[in-house]
Amino acid sequence: MNWLQLFQRYLPDFIKGAGVTIELTVVGLVIGFFLGLVLALARSYGPGWLKAIAVGYIELFRGTPLLVQLFIIYYGLPSLGLTLSQMLSAYLALGLNSAAYQAEYFRGSLQAIGSSQMTAGRAIGLSRWKTIWYVILPQALRLMIPAWSNEPISLLKTTAVVFLIAVQDLMAKAKRAAAETYDPIGSYLAVAVVYLVMVFILNWGLKYLERKTVIPGFEMESKKA
Amino acid sequence: MAKPILMIKNLSKKYGENVVFHDISLTVNEGDTIVIIGPSGTGKSTLLRCINLLTYADEGQIWLDDLEITAKNCDEDRVRQHIGMVFQNFLLFNHLTALDNVMLGLTKVRRMKPDAAREKAMYELNRVGLVDRAGHYPGQLSGGQQQRVAIARALAMDPRIMLFDEPTSALDPELIGEVLEVMRKLALEGMTMLVVTHEMGFAREVADRIVFLEKGSIVEEGSPNDLFYHPKNERTREFLWKITELYGKKEEGE
Repeated sequence: MNWLQLFQRYLPDFIKGAGVTIELTVVGLVIGFFLGLVLALARSYGPGWLKAIAVGYIELFRGTPLLVQLFIIYYGLPSLGLTLSQMLSAYLALGLNSAAYQAEYFRGSLQAIGSSQMTAGRAIGLSRWKTIWYVILPQALRLMIPAWSNEPISLLKTTAVVFLIAVQDLMAKAKRAAAETYDPIGSYLAVAVVYLVMVFILNWGLKYLERKTVIPGFEMESKKA
Repeated sequence: MAKPILMIKNLSKKYGENVVFHDISLTVNEGDTIVIIGPSGTGKSTLLRCINLLTYADEGQIWLDDLEITAKNCDEDRVRQHIGMVFQNFLLFNHLTALDNVMLGLTKVRRMKPDAAREKAMYELNRVGLVDRAGHYPGQLSGGQQQRVAIARALAMDPRIMLFDEPTSALDPELIGEVLEVMRKLALEGMTMLVVTHEMGFAREVADRIVFLEKGSIVEEGSPNDLFYHPKNERTREFLWKITELYGKKEEGE
């Protein structure tokens, strides 16, 4: 069986696996986005104790391997009386982990927008949180996109670790194809191509988002500098 | 007698050991334009920020109308609604059009309906002569236009008093005129204004009173005529002479 035949034979299987991979990426990214936003706001604008919690969380989840976190959630939590399904464990590990990274992207752009916009908002009578919501976040989110674009791409590939708790994602399908065909190189290469295509499409979407959200006149501003 | 809008009594501010200003007392009556002048680092900007509660004074009191805004239980967001502030660097909301910059406070602070807010915002943009730029973003406007939008944004809240913190210092010389023109018009319309500026032409022509601040204290205050032609204090005379030399040349020539 040549490579093309292998690819054709397993394509339906790969597509099914890719579906799971996309699902994991989307859910992980969404959990990570909202939790990351809360963490960054807590770290940037919260009172001292909240700041400390946010920093502790971020350091903990960035400082330990995702695989360790995944195993603690899937294999460790049951001994504490909390048994989660494979998918749920995967969602949770990816989301909690991504949150720590996304929080740092958020924080960077919140800092870049700076305190002067806060002053401007407060000066017309907006409260602190209203200023954050209506003035700072809309700008910080836009500013964040180019750097943050790493995260969806990175996460998409990182999801591959979940095959270790037997989630049937793209990587798990590759492993099965390799076992059945005795052709690991062909199988993994085939799956690599599928990952590559997904990343390519994702990247295109992110670039589109970046273009769509640009603030008119602002691109000139940065060129001037 | 004119009604006092803003009253400052024995206000002091320190950053650690460093005294920013000390024992400042100042009254601004309704319709007055008061210009504060003085060398850099004498606490002029900090004084304005104290009045707007963007920072806090260590001692002393400030009243806006009959409300003591330095009181502990004072709702600072409410106070700021009634005090318009214009900054040296415009500080427009960069992600919003000129119109939306002016509208934001109306819809989110005063909770006006969008239609009414838009109408009011267009009225204010018209006051600063920028109706035709309503749809432009700050990045598409010149510095002078940005500052005029910032003035419209502050005016839209119907403030009791407008504070101007060196509104023309960040502008190219040829853009200063349009901003001063708007301020001149506001003063004529009876807006109560407290202006920190180095524009001596403006001060001389528009101010009801000029306050000369140095090293955190009021050295002298009086009518433009008094300060420019009969200063009581040697330092006032020296400073005004120097600053007019630097900034006032073009007005002299007119």
